[in-house]
Order: sequence, then C-alpha cells, then structure tokens
Amino acid sequence: MSSVAYENVIKKFGETVAVNNMTFHVADKEFLVLVGPSGCGKTTALRLLAGLEEITSGTIHIGDRVVNDIAPKDRDIAMVFQSYALYPHLSVYENMAFGLKLRKTPKSEIERRVHNAAEILGIEELLNRKPRQLSGGQRQRVAVGRAIVREPKVFLFDEPLSNLDAKLRVQMRAEINKLHKRLQTTFIYVTHDQVEAMTMASRIAVINKGILQQIDTPQNLYDYPENLFVAGFIGSPAMNFFPAKLRQEDGKLYVDSDNFTIPIPASHAAPYQDYVNKNIVFGIRPENIHDPAFTPPNIHAERIAAKVDVVELMGNEIFLYMFSGENSFVARVDPRSSFRIGDQVEMVFDMDTFHIFDAETEKAIR
Amino acid sequence: MSTPKNPKRKKMVSDILINGSLFLLVALWIIPTIGLLVSSFRTRFDIQTSGWWAVFPHREWVKVKEFAIPENVDPNGVMEIDGVTGTFQEFRDGVSTPDGRKVTWVGNKRLGKIQIQEHRWVMRTDFTLDNYQQVLAGKSFELKNPDGSTRIVQGDNFVGAFLNSLTVSIPATVIPILIAAFAAYGFAWMRFPGRRILFIMVVALLVVPLQIALVPILQDYVKLDLNGTFLALWLAHTGFGLPLATYLLFNYISGLPRDILESAFIDGASHFTIFTKLILPLSVPALASFAIFQFLWVWNDYLVALVFIGSKPDVQVLTMRLAEMVGSRGNDWHLLTAGAFVSMVLPLAVFFGLQRYFVRGLLAGSVKG
Repeated sequence: MSSVAYENVIKKFGETVAVNNMTFHVADKEFLVLVGPSGCGKTTALRLLAGLEEITSGTIHIGDRVVNDIAPKDRDIAMVFQSYALYPHLSVYENMAFGLKLRKTPKSEIERRVHNAAEILGIEELLNRKPRQLSGGQRQRVAVGRAIVREPKVFLFDEPLSNLDAKLRVQMRAEINKLHKRLQTTFIYVTHDQVEAMTMASRIAVINKGILQQIDTPQNLYDYPENLFVAGFIGSPAMNFFPAKLRQEDGKLYVDSDNFTIPIPASHAAPYQDYVNKNIVFGIRPENIHDPAFTPPNIHAERIAAKVDVVELMGNEIFLYMFSGENSFVARVDPRSSFRIGDQVEMVFDMDTFHIFDAETEKAIR
Repeated sequence: MSTPKNPKRKKMVSDILINGSLFLLVALWIIPTIGLLVSSFRTRFDIQTSGWWAVFPHREWVKVKEFAIPENVDPNGVMEIDGVTGTFQEFRDGVSTPDGRKVTWVGNKRLGKIQIQEHRWVMRTDFTLDNYQQVLAGKSFELKNPDGSTRIVQGDNFVGAFLNSLTVSIPATVIPILIAAFAAYGFAWMRFPGRRILFIMVVALLVVPLQIALVPILQDYVKLDLNGTFLALWLAHTGFGLPLATYLLFNYISGLPRDILESAFIDGASHFTIFTKLILPLSVPALASFAIFQFLWVWNDYLVALVFIGSKPDVQVLTMRLAEMVGSRGNDWHLLTAGAFVSMVLPLAVFFGLQRYFVRGLLAGSVKG
C-alpha cells in the first residue's frame, strides 16, 4: 500500500512529446482514473509508472522511493493489460503463479495466494483450464487474479474492460470497484471511457495532448470543469458551447450570441465583470435545457429560439439535436416532449447552471 | 446488353478452377514418386527394358513361336516366311500377317531367328525385393581365388551411411535453430545500438550463395584439421542455415504480442526466463517448420558433404553412398530407386511427425477475445 507521485514528468518519443510536464499525487488507497481521448498520453503515463518506458525527465515516486531507475519487477506494482496478456501455453493456475515462482515464493504460499485470489474472483473451477478455453470475461478475471496474487503496492489497469461487450463491462466495472474496497490498495486505472471514469474513480485525472487538464473528484469535474476540454469531455451527451460576447446594459450582464441574447442572473454575475465586451464561450449541459412545457419550477428560465434537427427517443428521456442559427446543440428533455423534426420551437435554458469560458485561454471563468 | 451475373455459377467455376489446379499440382508431384516406388520393386531386367508404367495392363507384342531361319530363304532378296513376304529390312521391323500376328527377324542376316509374335494384353508384374536387399545389405561380389574356388564378398551397405547422415543432420538442425532463436529474440525485443544494421546484415547474407564459401572454408578446415569430421559439417550447415533461420524466426517472434512479454517483465522475468519460458514454447510452430526445412536440406545435401568429408568411407553420408552405389559407369543404376526410397523414409517420418505443429492458433486465448 503506497502513494504515487509524478513530479514534472516528461516523456518524449523522438520529437513527439507524449507526456508533457505532468505533476500529480495519488494518495494511498486511492482509485485514480486517467482519462482522455485516444493518443492523449494516458497509457504512456501509466507505462512510465510501470517501468515499461523510460522517463525523459522528472521523477516518479512510489511511496517514498524514486523509481525512475528501478526495474519494473522491483517497483512492487502489478499491471492488468487491455489484451489480458495471459500466457497461452500455461494453465490459469500457472498463469497466476508465474510471477510468484520467479520470486521464489514457497510453494504452499503460492497455492494459498492463488486460491485466495481465485475465490475473490470466482474462478476457482477454472484453475486447470488453458486461456483459450475461457470467455473474454473469464480471461479478464484471470488477468486481474494474476495481479492480485502478487500483493503489489499499486495496481495498474490499462483499459482492462475495452475488449469486453457492453453488458460484461458494466458487471466487471462493479467488480473492480468491489475489489478496490476489499484490497484497500492504490489503483491507477487508464480508460478512454468517461462513464468508466465517472463510476469507478475516487478522483479522475483528465489528460489531453500529454498535458494534465484537471484532476478532481468525478462530481467536481462535472460541476466545475476548469477548461473547455474537460467540460466537453466529461458528460454524455457533451456540454453545448456557444461562442458569444459579454455585454453590460443597465448594470446587467448579457450573454450575446449570434442568435440569442440572455441575461445572466445577478446572483451569478460577480465573476464575469472583468470580461465585459470580451469573447467568451457560453457552455450549458443538455440536461439544463428544457422543453418549455416541462420546465421545472424555481429556475432562472430564459427562452431562446431553435429548430429541431434530430429526435432520439431513449424511453426515459429524449435527446433533441437542434440548431440555434449556425450553432448545433443537444437538449435532454422530458420524455413527454412532443417536438418533432423540423419544428421551430423555443427552448428554456436553466441559467442557474451554466459555464463561461475565456475564448482565448479556454479556461473557465469563476 | 449485358449478361446477368450468376453468383452461384461463378462460384462453381472458381471452385472447379481451384480444385482442378490443386489436383494437377498434386498429380504432378505424386506421379513421379509413385513411378519411383514402383520401379524400386521391379527386377533389374524390367527396369532396364521398360518403364514403370508397364506394370499396368497394356498391349505388347509377345513371342509365341521361335524358329531358325528356314534354309530356303535368301536374306538379300524378297523372302516368304510363314505365309508373308518382305525384304530383310521389312522383316526386321516385323511384317504383319492377315490374322493379326507379326513375323519378325531377330538378329543379323546370318545368325538371326524368326519370331512369331502376337499382340496381347500383358502386365509386367515380376516384383522383387532384390533391389532393397542389395541396397540395405550391400551388393555381393563373387571373387575367384587363385586356387579356382570362389568366395563371396559383401559390398558396403546403407546402414552405416544412414547412421552417419543422422549424426550429421540432427545436430546440424538443432544448433542453428537454437542460435537463431536467441538471435531472433534479441533482434525482435531487445534494444541495443546497431540492432538495425546487424539485422540488415544477417538478412543480406541470405543472398550469398553457399558455393562461394566452399573453397575458403575448406582451406580453413584443412589448416584446423577439421576435414572429414562431423564437426566440420555441423559448423558448415549451421553457418549456411543461420541467416534464413534468424530471418524466419525473427518474423514470427517479433509478431508475438508485446503485452505478454511486458507482463512477464513486470512479473519479474529476465530476458533469459522470458526466452525459455515464453518465447520457445510459443514459437513451436515456427521452430518446427524451420526444423523441417533445415533437416531436409541437410539430409539431402550432397555438395557440402562431398566437399568437407571427401572420400572417408567411415563418415560418408547417405547421399554420397547413393551416388557411389550406382557405380562409376552407372552400371547399377537400377538400385537408385530403392536407394532413393530408403533415404526418403526418415525425412517422411520427420515431416509427418512435425506437421501437427503447423496447426494455427497456438496463441489462441492469450490476447483479445
């Protein structure tokens, strides 16, 4: 059990910078999820910690040790790969015992740990099978089991669920969560799937283009994204953005977009005084846009005109893909909404929950 | 106007084409082999007078009667024999009688004989094991002693040469595979300066014909006193086999999933452990297919063995013995077929023994679903 710290870590492949000056700390027993689009450097960041890639500059600590020059096997970590990486010619038992045997663990101890891990994962009856006789979910369990038996200080997961079908993924997600509670160990988990990140993490680190964008609890990331990228990446469907200007009139602030002008409630206006007449990006999440017929009470409702482009029925809700002038946006509305494709309608923006970003720096203004 | 395409028909045509050409190729290879096999069981006389296909029913002119030339005919003029007329030349080629028989003059004008032949269905099926017996046990020679009695001397047999060939082939197969597997792993998965250049050099060696190396190596062997030893052949075959072996195994080993090796690395395995515990077992198909190549090549090799072993009878390999058996003037070439079959037994056994390792999907279950 151990904490992990990245200090100004940089990794270059030739001229390409894969990990750019990353600094963050992972507390002991924390479940940190690294999330970002494909090729953003999140897997590289994990491989640096595992010791599979060499750090160009900066330091990585595990516990109080600097591990830059320590071989992977001596870092006290275990890694679960996206492709499972099971040894195909060995049985499940041998797969799990492989690392322990190499470490000259006594045989009785190996047996105890393997059976213990198999019991946790419910794969006891599979111990004598070969990997090719297992289903995808079972293989993933074996791969996790192989990590458990090592009793490492830090567990590393590299997109472990992306090869599973959707249903199994949901199930394994819950199981990994349970495993974390049970093992009480530091987990570092890489995924491109923000749903996985939101459901599993105690904290999420959002990475884009090798740069750490924000690291915070899932709820905070959702509620207070620090920049445009995080705001757009977390949440599905993504947050809607409208390029706009801030205008002041009679002491009131207005968001002045190409096709609508809406006032900012006075209670929320304080942080934006410095940005009057500047270019901003106005952001609002789909669930904060309502069908006027089903608008919840007691909100700062502001109406804008829009045209319905696509209607997606989800059963419990409806996604309306709409246009306000040139700007497309999504609204997540009540399932009773009767809007049809092509309708010219008015939509309600809930002006209690919105985000404003500096158009130049893309940072959130608070 | 375009003809409507019929996919079913199209598929049938392509099936016929594929199966037909496959069948043709197989026949092309199998028929000579069958001929060789059949020939090896035929008698010396049969082998030298007719092709192996004569074992099948066919029509042939068969002698039914033979008699001396009647005294009243003049070989220099037109003759009448047994009811037909013709010149000497015509009789030499055979003159047909109205009832389908043929009258043939056998031999020369003065000492010839007349044969009456009939066109009959025959099969030449005098099969014998003599060829194999002579090949395996050695040909026996009858020598006359000065006192007039005779003694029988057994010639060299195949057994010693067979064992010699094994002694050459097995190490000459195992050694290059081991070295090449190590090298291939290094080239594929270890980072070291000059890796690319070295690998390109190895691959470039593929284009060098081994013949240009024979003389220099022979000179070195003479100096090292290695000539005529098994070690000489092992080293030579290892050297000649390594580039291809390294290249083939590199292609296979570099295609193994990286995750498996990295996982083993984190599990605490050294390069050597990874090689012995993972790479070797996972590379069995590649190792086996190259083993077959190399074994067949070494087993069938004549040139390298001839150059480096020369004429030492106690280390001679099978191919050399086979060439010798025919005799310096080819007088015993009927033994060649049997000898060839004896020498083919082991390669066939090796192939059928290892071919099950060609199965695909040995990696099934390791990565992805």
